[in-house]
Amino acid sequence: MTSKALLAATALVAITLSLPAAAAELTVGFSQIGSESGWRAAETSVSKSEAAKRKVTLKIADAQQKQENQIKAIRSFIAQGVDAIFLAPVVSSGWDAVLKEAKEAKIPVVLLDRDIDPSGKELYLTAVTSDSVHEGAVAGEWLAKTVAGKACNVVELQGTVGASVATNRKKGFDSVVAKNANLKVVRSQTGDFTRAKGKEVMESFIKAEGGGKNICAVYAHNDDMMVGAIQAMKEAGLKPGKDILTVSIDAVPDIFKAIAAGEANATVELTPNMAGPALDAIMAYKAKGTVPPKWIQTESKLYTAADDPQKIYDSKKGLGY
Amino acid sequence: MMPTMMQRLLQGRGLAQIVALLVILAIDRAVSPQFFDVRMQDGRLFGSLIDVLNRGAPVALLALGMVLVIATRGIDLSVGAVMAIAGAIAASLADAYGLPLALAAALGAGLLCGLWNGFLVAVLGIQPIVATLILMVAGRGVAQLITEGRIVTFTASDLVWLGNGAVLGVPTPVVVVFGMLVVTGAVVRGSALGLLIEATGGNARASELAGIGTRAMILAVYVWCGLCAALAGVIAAADIMGADANNAGLWLELDAILAVVIGGTSLFGGRFSLVLAMVGALIIQAMNTGILLSGYPPEFNLLVKAAVVLIVLLLQSPRFASAGAVLGRARQ
Repeated sequence: MTSKALLAATALVAITLSLPAAAAELTVGFSQIGSESGWRAAETSVSKSEAAKRKVTLKIADAQQKQENQIKAIRSFIAQGVDAIFLAPVVSSGWDAVLKEAKEAKIPVVLLDRDIDPSGKELYLTAVTSDSVHEGAVAGEWLAKTVAGKACNVVELQGTVGASVATNRKKGFDSVVAKNANLKVVRSQTGDFTRAKGKEVMESFIKAEGGGKNICAVYAHNDDMMVGAIQAMKEAGLKPGKDILTVSIDAVPDIFKAIAAGEANATVELTPNMAGPALDAIMAYKAKGTVPPKWIQTESKLYTAADDPQKIYDSKKGLGY
Repeated sequence: MMPTMMQRLLQGRGLAQIVALLVILAIDRAVSPQFFDVRMQDGRLFGSLIDVLNRGAPVALLALGMVLVIATRGIDLSVGAVMAIAGAIAASLADAYGLPLALAAALGAGLLCGLWNGFLVAVLGIQPIVATLILMVAGRGVAQLITEGRIVTFTASDLVWLGNGAVLGVPTPVVVVFGMLVVTGAVVRGSALGLLIEATGGNARASELAGIGTRAMILAVYVWCGLCAALAGVIAAADIMGADANNAGLWLELDAILAVVIGGTSLFGGRFSLVLAMVGALIIQAMNTGILLSGYPPEFNLLVKAAVVLIVLLLQSPRFASAGAVLGRARQ
């Protein structure tokens, strides 16, 4: 065999190897925050299954809640020449430099779950997030509809002070309260998004409000705090879900267990499927050059006892929440 | 006349802490009129005062171990992470294997963690703050590995009882703290052990030359601290009927150190007081519960805490007391 033929053969092999790979398969690097919560774990597992469904290779880098690790991960994705980068930013600022590098390498970046400072708007393709103000409003509207004009004192378990999700979920709920004169937030305190603090704060709310007699409903910025609050109500001899209405946000499996047991009333879902819409946007962008809108809003669905909570619990249980 | 009396009173061992606790309880009563109301609810005492004792239990347990470590001029930053590990182990095992095994495994893990810290400090001679920092970081990772990043829930009623039950109406965590206080007190004050620990902290080299096994002392206090932390972790998990590896015990090492310091034990080692460390833990919790009852916006929580801690520490400062005396004399 001459050297020319060999060269041609290798070239042919190289082409046949690379062609289908380039046409059908995308490789996406996903810089995930880390295992800060069960929801995060569910987001990671749903991202994997959504990618597998679309035959996309998803490389996940766990940043252990550190921005420097995320920046390192993005740089390594750029070096590997991935087709797109998903970023769930742990903080909102400080991304300009590394996102510019991605832009120079012509790798589109999609933000998942959280947005970054407006200064970086040109540096990413789109952001797939839920609207946390809207989530708070959905929770508020459920309560307004359920009490149907009756006077109702609400106690609020806020998320971590300063967290944008907490601020927004409060804002959305407050906007509904402002429109309904019968609703009144009598106490509001932070439960740091945790079960233990949710329980402790609810204990103090119950004592401060006449053993819970003055409380008509609890609104918690996440389900975990509500699970803690439900325990506090039970220990105080109250019946959560009946004596005191509950509405919270996130739709984690354990709240469905509580809803099925009649101890919780409603939850608003923060869907863990952020990667699905993001992958669709990237695939359309890569195939046809369709530029997605700057913000893709996920649905904030309300679940109550009418939605077969036991079935939802079973389906969500395995996601890693 | 007045300032010198004040000075003498405040320098009396323990008085500043007890006065501080009473003042904080009085403030709690002022912001929340029903603060001292206590009633029975399902065979369990129920009221804000009980909450202070009950919610303060984990930090009190941590402080009980921490005070001995600090007395040897050490510090243990890993107790929060050890809590997370112990809680994760207990929650994972309770339903399948029952309480005795789950508790033994959780406490065993705490002992091992303490042994590791003690080994680094006493045998390898690594500075305590660095040595225990390793486990503070790695330990939470270990706990997350055990729970796979989820909140592991359980239903085993005997484990739940450890967090939510009661003995003669008194919440179990409070009983556990009291029991541990009595045991620790009996061991360190009923023998020369406490004195040897204080000597080790006061001057390790001199103590060594005087024939005290300082290495064994240091190893022992870290092991005890690990055990206390594990117990606190089991109680914290039992309280919420689940192990939350991300949040259980988070930053509680700082509260424990603060409780010890408020209790008048110096970070430079030497003399220590178990009871005053407990009072320190109660001061912290009375303040936390008061803030929750007050209805102030949560943005003020940390500011109020910082101000109260500053005042309590100032009250104990001998220089502050003598400065007060000088000012008083100048006025006369």
